[in-house]
Amino acid sequence: MSRKIHIALIGNPNTGKSTLFNALTGLKQKVGNFPGVTIEKSTGFFALEDGTMAELTDLPGSYSLFPKSLDETIPFKVLIDPAHPQRPDLVLFIADASNLKRNLVLLSQLIDLKIPIILALNMIDQAKAKGVQIDIACMEEKLGLPIVPISARKNIGIDKLLHQISLGGKISTQSFTFDGQTEIEDLAVLQNSLGVSTKYNALLHLHHGFTNKVTKPDHKAALDKFRSNNLFDSGTRQRDDLLNRYKLISAILSGCIKEADTSAFKRRQEKIDAILTHKFWGYIIFFAVLFLIFQSLFSLADYPMKAIIACFNWLSERLEQAIPGGALNDLVSNGILPGLSGILVFIPQIAFLSMFIAIMEDTGYLARVAFIMDRTMRRFGLNGKSVVPLISGTACAVPAIMATRNIENKKSRLITILVTPLMSCSARLPVYILLVGLAVPSKTVLGILNLQGLALMGLYVLGFLAAIAAATVFKLIIKSKIKQYFILELPVYRLPNLNTVGITVVNKVKAFLFQAGKIIVAISIILWFLASYGPPGAFKKVEDKYAAMKPENEAQKHAFALQEKTDKLQNSFAGDLGKAIEPIIRPLGYDWKIGIALITSFAAREVFVGTISTLYGLEGEGSDFNQLRANMMKSRDPVTHQKTYSFATIFSLLIFYAFAMQCMSTLAVTYKETGSLKWTLVQLFYMTGAAYIFSLLIYQLLPAGTHLF
Amino acid sequence: MVLNNDEEFITLDKLKSGGRAVIVEILDTNISIKLIEMGCLPGEKVLVRMTAIHKDPIAIEVSGNLIALRRSEARSIRVKQIEN
Repeated sequence: MSRKIHIALIGNPNTGKSTLFNALTGLKQKVGNFPGVTIEKSTGFFALEDGTMAELTDLPGSYSLFPKSLDETIPFKVLIDPAHPQRPDLVLFIADASNLKRNLVLLSQLIDLKIPIILALNMIDQAKAKGVQIDIACMEEKLGLPIVPISARKNIGIDKLLHQISLGGKISTQSFTFDGQTEIEDLAVLQNSLGVSTKYNALLHLHHGFTNKVTKPDHKAALDKFRSNNLFDSGTRQRDDLLNRYKLISAILSGCIKEADTSAFKRRQEKIDAILTHKFWGYIIFFAVLFLIFQSLFSLADYPMKAIIACFNWLSERLEQAIPGGALNDLVSNGILPGLSGILVFIPQIAFLSMFIAIMEDTGYLARVAFIMDRTMRRFGLNGKSVVPLISGTACAVPAIMATRNIENKKSRLITILVTPLMSCSARLPVYILLVGLAVPSKTVLGILNLQGLALMGLYVLGFLAAIAAATVFKLIIKSKIKQYFILELPVYRLPNLNTVGITVVNKVKAFLFQAGKIIVAISIILWFLASYGPPGAFKKVEDKYAAMKPENEAQKHAFALQEKTDKLQNSFAGDLGKAIEPIIRPLGYDWKIGIALITSFAAREVFVGTISTLYGLEGEGSDFNQLRANMMKSRDPVTHQKTYSFATIFSLLIFYAFAMQCMSTLAVTYKETGSLKWTLVQLFYMTGAAYIFSLLIYQLLPAGTHLF
Repeated sequence: MVLNNDEEFITLDKLKSGGRAVIVEILDTNISIKLIEMGCLPGEKVLVRMTAIHKDPIAIEVSGNLIALRRSEARSIRVKQIEN
């Protein structure tokens, strides 16, 4: 077996970390988690000169080893926790060559941990263009580390960096630990009892070890003893530590760097900011960008989505013929395949959306959006950084909730997670299209606006308003003792790097497929079972009835088969469940058939359409919406002879699907991200509760026989 | 000298867009850690580069970085104004 070394890529945010990661590993990457906006754990591989395999982990950008957001806890844990699986043999530290003073603060903390480091000075070309002169040899000597100047974007110096990685890093003999401390002996004692390699490591345990579950519980007493013996005030200590580092770093840099006049460069940046953050045009531009994104999400993504559905219908038909009939055939063609297609169909939208977000992030525009939106979002207990998750939520709440990790503010982050699933995700779209088509005529108003399109847009607006309203309520309920803040770096504008954007899109799609895919397929199999089997007695009766029927021709045989399917579903376990919940949903205007669809779509909303198709005697998903709508409109209540799908019922159903929490994957990710069963249940019940109450009000308050037109 | 402090120094939120100052101290320890990490520390020159609606948040240029922060956070930064 060949040797393998673990390398961690660490640096400040906006230093081109992802670009370097991609330059070193290409597409040899795996994503260990759901992606948000550059906040997942990505691992990549490349070979060193002697054939050793290097495993490179891209850690979230961080300003220091004093974590304040969930993002920043990751590098802290990787470096401080001796049992961490990602614990590196070597740190590849990346710094922005034009912004060394701040970048070296984090580096100086790593130096104090006495780990082998290589320093890559990125964007060296830009620093040179600005006229900044860096004496590399001087810095190498003062920092005691090997330094490689590179430009990850332009692929400059990457081979030299690879060579240096093959040679290895160095443990610097420099120290930046604040030595104005009187308790240095106590610290040595603490270092011993914690069993860590440096005093600075012990100090980090004191500051953040326990809250991040890095310090072992049986070491708590030793930490407490040190704190009380030395009147340890963590806050001021961290502040003084940082200030001391700046002082020492300034001294090093002043000897090795000649700063340049960068005002020409700044003026160009200021001009772009003057437009994009303008108090009027800034918002117009932002909404225009959003409009453009939605247009392309629903027009461009439509073609590949249709192609995927067509593929699956074809495959399903083929399989039905290829494998012998019976339970296996049925499981594959009616359980697993629809489940799979239910996932794959979202890929185009997720790909497009992550592409737009990656471009917005890469250019530096996203931070400006947070800047101009913060004040508005704050009123609802959210903050500027909540804008991205909320926008992403219109494609899928799962990656959107993952994207909340860079919100430092715990309360805002929790609220963002709780309300994001109210944004109209793409799984609601097929349900909306079916139901809106039933209730709203396809008319053109004011020359260009399609009435159904308007209704659909109305539902998106409703989702957004509901999210805002829910956030306002949570803002009042959730108490937070910690002072909340919003401090955000606005990075310099750059052209997007297409390579980085492309790799981001591929990784997000991969992560969605493997994470959400597993759950959705599992649930579809369970639902298939509930819908295909029933209590033996009733089920046997249906089977016998159809076995006794003698179709006269092919057409009749086909019709009988469809009828049997419908009958079976009505008599299945799912059907029984539908009948069991009928008393609860009757006040909302739903019959037991809709009840079946509500149950089957609990795991994923889009299943509604497939179930309704089967219930009204159509061949399942890919079938013609118009035929399905015609069948639905014919349906009447057996007792009252009222139309099942009155306007009030459809309206009530739309509201139910807008608000209810019917997505297993979202609940799973909420649980993972909040680490709290309580908040996961709060999300499930407040959304479903609101859905019930509002649907009830709509149905009860709308006079019977109401029509839109 | 000490007596003059209150007149001489203002908090950063009072500075107009385009105004320049030198940071004297950051009053809130917790916020100061985050600000210092980002290059906003005593002794540095600061320029209010732009503001959002109602001057909140504001964006300041300090140590070559552009940082957005809310007015309430700017209020905890004491500065000495300098003429343009």
